[in-house]
Amino acid sequence: MSKKVKLETVDNVTIRFAGDSGDGMQLSGGRFTQTSAIMGNDLSTLPDFPAEIRAPAGSLAGVSSFQIHFSSQEIHTPGESPDVLVAMNPAALKVHLKDLIPGGTLIVNKNAFTTKNLKLAGYESDPTEDGSLEDYYSAHFIEMSKLVTRASEGIDLSPKLIDRTKNLCALGVLFWIYDRPLEPTIDWLNKKFKSKPDIIDANVKALHAGYNYGDTAEIFTTKYIVNKAKLPAGKYRNINGTLATCLGLLTAVEKSKLSLTFAGYPITPASNILHTLANWKRFGVKTYQAEDEMAGIGAALGASYGGSLGVTASSGPGIALKGEFLGLAVITELPLVVINVQRGGPSTGLPTKTEQSDLFQAVYGRNGEAPMPVIAASTPGDCYYTAYEACKMAVKYMTPVMMLSDGYLANGSEPWIIPNPDDLGDFDVEFVKENLTDEKYLPYKRNEKTLARGWAIPGTKGLEHRIGGIEKQDVTGDVNYDSDNHEKMVQIRAQKVANIANELPPTEVFGEKKGDLLILSWGSTHGTCKSATESLLSENLKVAHVSIRWISPLPNDLKDILSNYKKVLMPEINTGQFRQMIRAEFLVDAIGLNEVQGKPLGASTIVAKAKEIINER
Amino acid sequence: MSDKPLLKKADFQSDQAIRWCPGCGDYAILAQTQKTFPEITEHKENTVFISGIGCSSRFPYYMNTYGFHTIHGRAPTIACGLKMANPDLSVWLVTGDGDGLSIGGNHMIHLLRRNFDINIMLFNNRIYGLTKGQYSPTSEQGKVTYSTPMGSLDYPFKPTKLALGSEASFVAKTIDKELKHLQAMIKRANDHKGTSFIEIYQNCNIFNDGAFARLTDRDTKEEQLIRLEHGQPLIFGVEKDKGIYLDGTTPKVVKIGKDYSIDDIVVHDEEDRFIGDMLANFTESKEFPEAVGVLYCKERPTYDSLMSAQMEESQKGSKSSKGLDELLNAGDTWEVK
Ligand SMILES: Cc1ncc(C[n+]2csc(CCOP(=O)(O)OP(=O)(O)O)c2C)c(N)n1
Ligand code: SF4
Ligand SMILES: [Mg+2]
Repeated sequence: MSKKVKLETVDNVTIRFAGDSGDGMQLSGGRFTQTSAIMGNDLSTLPDFPAEIRAPAGSLAGVSSFQIHFSSQEIHTPGESPDVLVAMNPAALKVHLKDLIPGGTLIVNKNAFTTKNLKLAGYESDPTEDGSLEDYYSAHFIEMSKLVTRASEGIDLSPKLIDRTKNLCALGVLFWIYDRPLEPTIDWLNKKFKSKPDIIDANVKALHAGYNYGDTAEIFTTKYIVNKAKLPAGKYRNINGTLATCLGLLTAVEKSKLSLTFAGYPITPASNILHTLANWKRFGVKTYQAEDEMAGIGAALGASYGGSLGVTASSGPGIALKGEFLGLAVITELPLVVINVQRGGPSTGLPTKTEQSDLFQAVYGRNGEAPMPVIAASTPGDCYYTAYEACKMAVKYMTPVMMLSDGYLANGSEPWIIPNPDDLGDFDVEFVKENLTDEKYLPYKRNEKTLARGWAIPGTKGLEHRIGGIEKQDVTGDVNYDSDNHEKMVQIRAQKVANIANELPPTEVFGEKKGDLLILSWGSTHGTCKSATESLLSENLKVAHVSIRWISPLPNDLKDILSNYKKVLMPEINTGQFRQMIRAEFLVDAIGLNEVQGKPLGASTIVAKAKEIINER
Repeated sequence: MSDKPLLKKADFQSDQAIRWCPGCGDYAILAQTQKTFPEITEHKENTVFISGIGCSSRFPYYMNTYGFHTIHGRAPTIACGLKMANPDLSVWLVTGDGDGLSIGGNHMIHLLRRNFDINIMLFNNRIYGLTKGQYSPTSEQGKVTYSTPMGSLDYPFKPTKLALGSEASFVAKTIDKELKHLQAMIKRANDHKGTSFIEIYQNCNIFNDGAFARLTDRDTKEEQLIRLEHGQPLIFGVEKDKGIYLDGTTPKVVKIGKDYSIDDIVVHDEEDRFIGDMLANFTESKEFPEAVGVLYCKERPTYDSLMSAQMEESQKGSKSSKGLDELLNAGDTWEVK
């Protein structure tokens, strides 16, 4: 090494890779994530895709990005403003530059700044030429296309294919800056393109070209070291919410010895659950792409009726279509798990963006008095436990359960301690046994403790009985229109759901047990709220954070917890749906912090709002 | 199965009070079903009746088997899920012309093309009974009902044609009043591996009385009905003196005798789609007799058997006891001490 390189240790870095949809930014981000995970950093990621599959190349609509926040400390969010922005074309620069921190590092693929691309992005003059960037950022204009073309000289691939390796060139530059090894990426390339040695060769050369550029170019003078994070001991892997959800479902059926039948209809961002499970036939998982959303939930419910565990997944518009079936599952008291990977609404809304706006739909979105348990996942890895618990309660209480996830949780990732299914406790299931007596089987006879009815599956001798959507007589299950019986059944169904609260563990309070402000969240705002709380606690403010998992029923101890704080702040990515529920339930004057921008909240916004509330007094 | 049935008709009668209008065609269909079942199964616990919503869809409550009265139009979805969970069950789907062809039309066509081993009994009374008499997708154009005081504008479906167009592997038609024929069709549907579609003309004596009178009146019916038998010529009439003749690809009704002999008459072949389509086209036509019996029947692999085969194939040579562990630990992992 001829030049002098300074080494500097930092705790936290946020990098955003941005480029055209075809530029391979998700891949660069994914590889940087994997390498950082192996190096022992804590991390959190946030991919962001355009809604159009093939938006015109170079257009603003076609920009795709991937953000990674990695650290030598425990972190809970994918970060807010990036410290580093990789912009592979003018459109990516235009869309994302406003988020880059002042003085941040900007890495640009100079070769993409053609007249045509500049025009598509709406630039009047070339920002890499007019000096508009250098004053504000540490800007590096790298001729990546040229670098990879030169590096791959002699490889028998079309110029177009070689140009596509520039995402690895960008990755190589970042690996140099953050002092990360290239081997994990090379190993991965070797596996991924096993039968295409030329592709491997070109990509590896591009990766080295980027790394060597960092090494030799005079403009890079500092390498940043982000040390291992002190994470709880254990065996780790990196996981996203979709995979965690699927693993949770599989764990539930392996432990309960039930079979899993998953039926769904493709919809972003839930489809990947179907894709993942479809590959798990060897574990006895049956999957079914139905003709529509109703057929998806219908088939899942039919499977549950037959003694399998029926699961369906969708996003808001599909959940709307499933509504009538949820009512049927409530009244027939069959187990069913319905996963809503929320996205921006209403209607088609923002299909590839995240939002928490289907809470009312989940809790209330059915005709009649149709209470249904609702559980929300808080982090990508938590989707595993949430899915597992949803299955367990569905079976134990003979009820449909709605699991709420969202686009950010489904696609975002974090390091995850690989769980041991044995630690999850028992999950025993018993079907009603055959009845060889002359006594008539009573399908609506209940377990005294849970109020669940028996799971009597077709094929069992002596249990022949009829169920359906018409109100049933208590105990006998016969069709019944009597008013007193109806009211009783309405109450039983509600009590059954409420009973779940009796077996929930005490709610975890992070921070002060009594104080000025409680930050109350549900779902994926967990990480941001926790980060904000950590920061407020470090300033000795009397605050705490509680993250709600079971939204229906709410935990029994929540009322007391709420009474321990002078004020309650509820950040949500909607206009205040959970806040309305909490106000109605507990008569507390909770304050909202609501953003509906299709992206996660920022911790700094919460910190500022919390201080404002505390200082108001 | 032994010659003498182990179960009796009474074994299939539930203790629930039947709530159809007196004189409704549904009674006859229920009675024939209960009567036939002892001949087709010794295990009523393996039989499941699934329905949607409508007068017809109350059916499962009256069968002393397993039963699921679901929601309007969606019975096929539940039936498919059940069949996936347990392919050994004998699954029967009861639906109406509104339930199965209007609100549930989408599920119906997809069930038929997938060919799950499920038997469909579609009670066609050409009216919405339960909601008190609106026209249905099989009502004749111009029908005056509560919702169409000046006559309906909709052009009707021919259900058997829809089924064939949806690639059904078994399509039959029968009539509530044709008791023996109805029993025979139930047995045939039971024997068929794949989705069996039986359209049953059913009289709603309250809202659409006499819709099928020409096919059920003793005086007229033999001139209007052609009873299909595989391998037999398509002849009809009290004297059995009329038949279907093909002029090129155009069917014609001809009189057997002077100009045409029995050898000129088309011989029914259940596996011939061309004949099936032709017979389905006879529905409600002025020119042709109405064809009852099995219009088309040709087995092909069922969805449930294909699914079972894929499941088996995927499990070959896998060490599934380590399965979950293997998946949990897949990809790059690292230890934090
Ligand atoms: C979602 C929904 N929409 C409408 C209805 C009202 N409804 C019940 S039965 C029915 C029509 C039934 O007609 P058909 O299927 O022909 O049955 P039939 O009563 O004639 O046997 C309608 C519209 C309903 N139960 N559910
Ligand atoms: S309304 Fe018609 S179809 Fe319904 S029960 Fe009465 S007669 Fe039968
Ligand atoms: Mg009808």
